[in-house]
Amino acid sequence: MSEPLLAVRGLEKHFVVADTLARKLRRQPPDVVQAVAGVDLEVARGEVLGLVGESGCGKSTLGRCIVGLYQPNAGEVLWEGEPLGVRRDRAGRRRMQMVFQDPYSSLNPRMTVRQTLSELLRVHRMVPRDRIDERCRELMDLVGLGARSLDAHPRQFSGGQRQRVSIARALALEPELLVADEPVSALDVSVQATVLNLLDELRTRLGLTMLFIAHNMAVVRHVCDRVSVMYLGRIVETAPTAELFANPRHPDTQGLLKAVPRLVPGRASQAPAMVGDPPSPINPPSGCRFHPRCPLAQQICHEVDPALAAGPAGEVHEAACHFAWTAPPASHQPEVVETG
Amino acid sequence: MSEPAGPLLEVRDLDVRIPISRGTVRAVDGASFTVGVGEAMGLVGESGCGKSMTLRAVMGLLPRPAVITGGQVLFEGEDLAKARASRLRDLRGKGIAMIFQEPMTALNPVMKVGAQIAEAPFAHLGYGRRKSRDRAIELMQLVGIPDPERRSQSYPHELSGGMRQRVMIAIALSCEPRLILCDEPTTALDVTIQDQILKLLLKLREELGMSIVFVTHDLAVVAQTCQSLAVMYAGQVVEIGSVHEVFHQPRHPYTLGLLRSVPDPDDVRDVLDSIPGAPPDLVSPPEGCRFAARCTFAQDDCLEGDKPLLPLEGGRASACIYPDRPAESVREQPVITGV
Amino acid sequence: MATAALEPVTPLAEDKARGFANRWYRTPSFVAGVLILGTLLGLALAAPLVTKYSPTAQDLHHTLQGPSSQHWLGTDQLGRDVWSRLVYAGRVDLKVGFLAVLLPFLIGTTLGSLAGYYGGKLDTLVAYMVNVVVAFPFYVLIIAMAFVLGPGERSIYIAITFVGWVSYTRIIRAEILVAKRREYVEAARVAGLRDSRIIVRHLLPNVIMQAIIFAMSDIILSLAAIVTLGYLGLGIQPPTPDWGDMIAGGQNFITTKWQLSAFPGLCVVLTGLGLSLLADGINDLMRPE
Repeated sequence: MSEPLLAVRGLEKHFVVADTLARKLRRQPPDVVQAVAGVDLEVARGEVLGLVGESGCGKSTLGRCIVGLYQPNAGEVLWEGEPLGVRRDRAGRRRMQMVFQDPYSSLNPRMTVRQTLSELLRVHRMVPRDRIDERCRELMDLVGLGARSLDAHPRQFSGGQRQRVSIARALALEPELLVADEPVSALDVSVQATVLNLLDELRTRLGLTMLFIAHNMAVVRHVCDRVSVMYLGRIVETAPTAELFANPRHPDTQGLLKAVPRLVPGRASQAPAMVGDPPSPINPPSGCRFHPRCPLAQQICHEVDPALAAGPAGEVHEAACHFAWTAPPASHQPEVVETG
Repeated sequence: MSEPAGPLLEVRDLDVRIPISRGTVRAVDGASFTVGVGEAMGLVGESGCGKSMTLRAVMGLLPRPAVITGGQVLFEGEDLAKARASRLRDLRGKGIAMIFQEPMTALNPVMKVGAQIAEAPFAHLGYGRRKSRDRAIELMQLVGIPDPERRSQSYPHELSGGMRQRVMIAIALSCEPRLILCDEPTTALDVTIQDQILKLLLKLREELGMSIVFVTHDLAVVAQTCQSLAVMYAGQVVEIGSVHEVFHQPRHPYTLGLLRSVPDPDDVRDVLDSIPGAPPDLVSPPEGCRFAARCTFAQDDCLEGDKPLLPLEGGRASACIYPDRPAESVREQPVITGV
Repeated sequence: MATAALEPVTPLAEDKARGFANRWYRTPSFVAGVLILGTLLGLALAAPLVTKYSPTAQDLHHTLQGPSSQHWLGTDQLGRDVWSRLVYAGRVDLKVGFLAVLLPFLIGTTLGSLAGYYGGKLDTLVAYMVNVVVAFPFYVLIIAMAFVLGPGERSIYIAITFVGWVSYTRIIRAEILVAKRREYVEAARVAGLRDSRIIVRHLLPNVIMQAIIFAMSDIILSLAAIVTLGYLGLGIQPPTPDWGDMIAGGQNFITTKWQLSAFPGLCVVLTGLGLSLLADGINDLMRPE
């Protein structure tokens, strides 16, 4: 079996907050946010892995650790089996690129699209100087924007168009892996479809491998081959997309699926899909981290933290829940009560 | 007291214009819709279609230099577009309340949340200090904030996004308004928290009987919370009807496009349908139907002449001159599976 | 995706219309500032053309004369033509004022960028330096340094630089702390661009305007400092004319020939006004419509 293109082993990342003088004087240790608390994952070449979870689950932090923006506190990131540090040379940087969430701050407002793209092409010597203009046009073409867009500034574009420019920028360095950090979350629903389709098309056309981070399950359905669900810094379930949607085993996954608003008109059940707020990663609950919000919680859940365990389908589908493979599957269709 | 006859809110041919250096933006161009007592109506469209401006026009909170240049906003029969500023101030909070998209910016960061909720009853309803404090705690319970006595002493930044939104809802409810305007209240929230807030609004509407206008770009959200729906495009209302009817039988190609582009977790299609192109420039919108450039059913006569919203049978309306086409398309390829 | 390629929502022509080039003449503060400063600078540069006398030529037969066709603003106690002195002093003072701010601007911006971008020990060190300098009252330091270094133009530059870099450091550091978290900066790091390029090409252009606007008011401050030093005899030395020196020289004649002190003072005020209006104007223009 060949090496996965990207692998993450035992990754941990925490941030120190509130390390104030007042606390030091009282000899209080600073608050530590355990953003990523031990994650293993693998992405095979050509695969699209979805990483889904609520805000604060650590998915964005994990993405940034992979891409070399943050130094992990423990664990490693492996590229074709070789460890990858934070300090990477140019060639190392080219291998993976990132598309960011906020279309309004992910492009330099003072640079035209042409300047943004050609800077990368020049610095990395992607093409000879006299071909830079041509290559810029090709990149615009790739993302469905016209050549006239090259001389525009970001403020002249709509959100969806800016995301396309961001994608073009990421592709300028011809990466093998694209990390998309909630690329459509800030866009209108009708525009999301356009960008998702674009990513899908580019993946096929360019043979890209992708890590697709999102908080909405519906969005990953159309783009991802496999999906991992994160909660409070850990992966709680992983499965191929179709399997995960048909047969979610972790209550968090089930909640996320239930929470997606469906196009079925009529009153959905009044009970919310998931109660409570995503907890603060500063003080994670004891035992299973999800137990305060879990409809199935038992005594053992308060005490023992479940590990990822495979079910009857084998290694492909794993879930970290004491009752993942024993409780009956919860339906994720919202109950519909027709009203007039 | 008898029920007021007629709709609670009726917007007729509303025009909102924004002067800028190169011309005038026709942000809202002849919008019309009605909201009945106790009814929840969704106002749906892409960014920039004028839905937020419409809401703000109703409330009298248009940002300068936008102004209402035509039409009427009839709230319980009274035209708010012509009302004096003092009348509008009087109405805000008591008759009509508003919830915004970003609770972090809509809440006062240096004031405890309990005090912010108590402010309106204290100022507008003449409650004493103790009574308004009690009322605040009551409201916090109503909107599902756990441990309200303790939480009322928190500042907004100490609360999560979902909690802040609940606080904003509590503030909106504090003077018992008859109409609540919601400007994309869940767009900035995670899908699980959005679900909670939507269900909360549903519950509140049932218990308290107020009307809601819910502005959003997400049709699926409308399906969960509203009975009727108005679709806006490029400053104009292009379709009106009950949610049920519109979803099963859309009568405008834009509505159909919106329906088809909603990502559905139960959907096994490989490619999502998207609406190609971009909305037109609102300073000089094209002649004829503004959606024609992006419409798969467009004909030559779609490009000429105004396309006003025309009533169809059963309380529906559409601005499309071929309202049967989208319905046909849905028959061949249904949008809603499973029900 | 067989659709026509998308064009930007706001066409290029409209965006140009909102840009600097098209709006500057419609912004009153900018225009006023440019006019005032332009006039002052113009006169200063064209000094030999607009004056008849040398600023240092004394005429002890015609001292303390009032305005006349010969001497537009009269003469001072040594018979020197006031108008000529005013214009030539403007030359010197404006030049020194602008130049004195240049070095603090450069040093402060550099230190602020590095401190803001890298943080850590460098930031702490810079913060200490800032605190030390800021602890002393501005004028006390300036006068002390001028005393120590001896009077003259060079000392002015050194003194003002020593004290003046602090504000730029603070401004730029604060702006960079915020700007470096923007996603386009993260994107630049992911793309493997060097730190120096990120700071110079991506961060500074987005934050430098605050420093430039501050520089405008800093020039006024420096000018006031130079004039004060001149008044105290510690600044620009005679016989080179200087507004401060003129104000000091004229103070004995305040009751009779008030114009000897008033006009140089007025020049200082006008320069300050012009710079202030210009800064306001730039601030207004920076805000997109």
